[in-house]
Amino acid sequence: MKLYEIAHSRAGDKGNISTLSLIPFDESDYPRLCDFVTSERVKLHLKEIVSGEIERFCLPNISSLLFVCQNALLSGVTTSLAIDTHGKALSYALLEMEI
Amino acid sequence: MKNKIRIGCGAGFSGDRLEPAEILTDKGNLDYLVLECLAERTIALAQKRKQLNPELGYDTFLERRMRKLLPTLSKNKICLITNMGAANPLAAAQKVKDISLELGLDIKVGAVFGDDVLSMLDFEALAMETNLPVKQSGEIISANAYLGVDGILKALENGSQIIITGRVADPSLFLAPMIHEFGWKLDDYDILGQGTVIGHLLECAGQITGGYFADKDKKSVPGLDILGHPIAEISNDGSAIISKVEGTGGLINLATVKEQLLYEVINPNHYITPDVEANFTTVKLEDLGQNQVLVKGGTGKSKPVNLKVSVGFKAFYLGEGEISYAGFGAEDRARLGGEIIEKRLSSSFKEIRIDYIGISAVHRTSFGHNNSPYEIRLRVAAKADTVEEAAIIGEEVEALYTNGPAGGGGVRKIQTEVIGVVSVLMERNKIKDQIAYF
Repeated sequence: MKLYEIAHSRAGDKGNISTLSLIPFDESDYPRLCDFVTSERVKLHLKEIVSGEIERFCLPNISSLLFVCQNALLSGVTTSLAIDTHGKALSYALLEMEI
Repeated sequence: MKNKIRIGCGAGFSGDRLEPAEILTDKGNLDYLVLECLAERTIALAQKRKQLNPELGYDTFLERRMRKLLPTLSKNKICLITNMGAANPLAAAQKVKDISLELGLDIKVGAVFGDDVLSMLDFEALAMETNLPVKQSGEIISANAYLGVDGILKALENGSQIIITGRVADPSLFLAPMIHEFGWKLDDYDILGQGTVIGHLLECAGQITGGYFADKDKKSVPGLDILGHPIAEISNDGSAIISKVEGTGGLINLATVKEQLLYEVINPNHYITPDVEANFTTVKLEDLGQNQVLVKGGTGKSKPVNLKVSVGFKAFYLGEGEISYAGFGAEDRARLGGEIIEKRLSSSFKEIRIDYIGISAVHRTSFGHNNSPYEIRLRVAAKADTVEEAAIIGEEVEALYTNGPAGGGGVRKIQTEVIGVVSVLMERNKIKDQIAYF
């Protein structure tokens, strides 16, 4: 199963950092996401995209996770040669992850 | 003092649609309308326009938006707060005053500035992104500090109906009227944290009402063609109900609010603005149904001693060229084109990128998906020191017409001067909000 079957995501950017939220459609899936979608697994999944560290934040009040990915935008929004300089489409890269 | 106020956000970026703000102004029963139009790099580009003409450097949509909105804002006694002043809030405020007089309206306009700190910039200061002295980034063309609520508060106290700012932290545009109306103390950090949460939720306008959210099945959003922008009805205890004007398109539920709450947040425990270090992890949401979500529980502690300053610099010239291939062997032919370009150009450009649009251009990988698409677009991009050098990229891609693989079509070539932005910190006591009235 892929993450997109049980969760949704929005990508944001700050400099060369990409922020990826991970929000289960059903809040009862939150503990499952916490157990499985660790920062290590996300780092492995995004190895061709994110070259820096990935920090995970847990927000139990809203049953959501946030991944903050360093060195993710080929030098950053304003100076990247990538076609999607903001990495706006990277939310769906996270959702491609097998769980 | 009021117990409740209603703030609408009618634009989430400079080029946002015009009519949601008109609908909010007309039917939103608003006390305040905010238009957030200033992205990280927008102000550096505006500084360049101001250098060419000192009367310009404000948002290029200002006049269009104001002509549409001023009569209704005035009729419904709604106060407008916007960062459309960009690099030139004074000229913007004068422009708005001129338009209001032309429309026969008597409106007090306040300009909030003081964010331009280029003359005070320490060129040896370390850029937060690179950890290198900021002067090493390139020729510096602008430095704008993120101001907080102070200047806007003074302009509100002085009875301004339209407040035009330069660089102000986005949530502060919303927090200032809450502080002004409810008499919140500037060191009551919990309530400033909650107010900052509300500002953060509203600042991207349509992104909380179902825009940038839609997908089939589980994320269907009705009426995206008539997407409404958000309203927060805020109580003096800081709790707020997010809604939109009835009859507009879109969707507000826990999912849309959660996506926006976490958008562009690099640490939800410490969301730093000039006014407060807010904590988003304490926020609680409740779906009230009918496109209404209750937001409460945001907290905060202290405010930073340094303010963030965005520094714009001349980075490089971007050269781009694209060509499409379709039908049998499209991928092979596109890759052959890419190889030809790489052989010809890689030694003469310091950074060159070859993308195959349709396969792996957007995510820079395809996670093992290996279905070759029917058609594919080759894109070449490179950094150059001059515009002439940048043009070579498009010229070389265009030359694939008669010198490259079979069946290439639809060449586009573009050269762009790229302004980069890095951030430095500056002691806040060096930076003074200034206000002028028109």
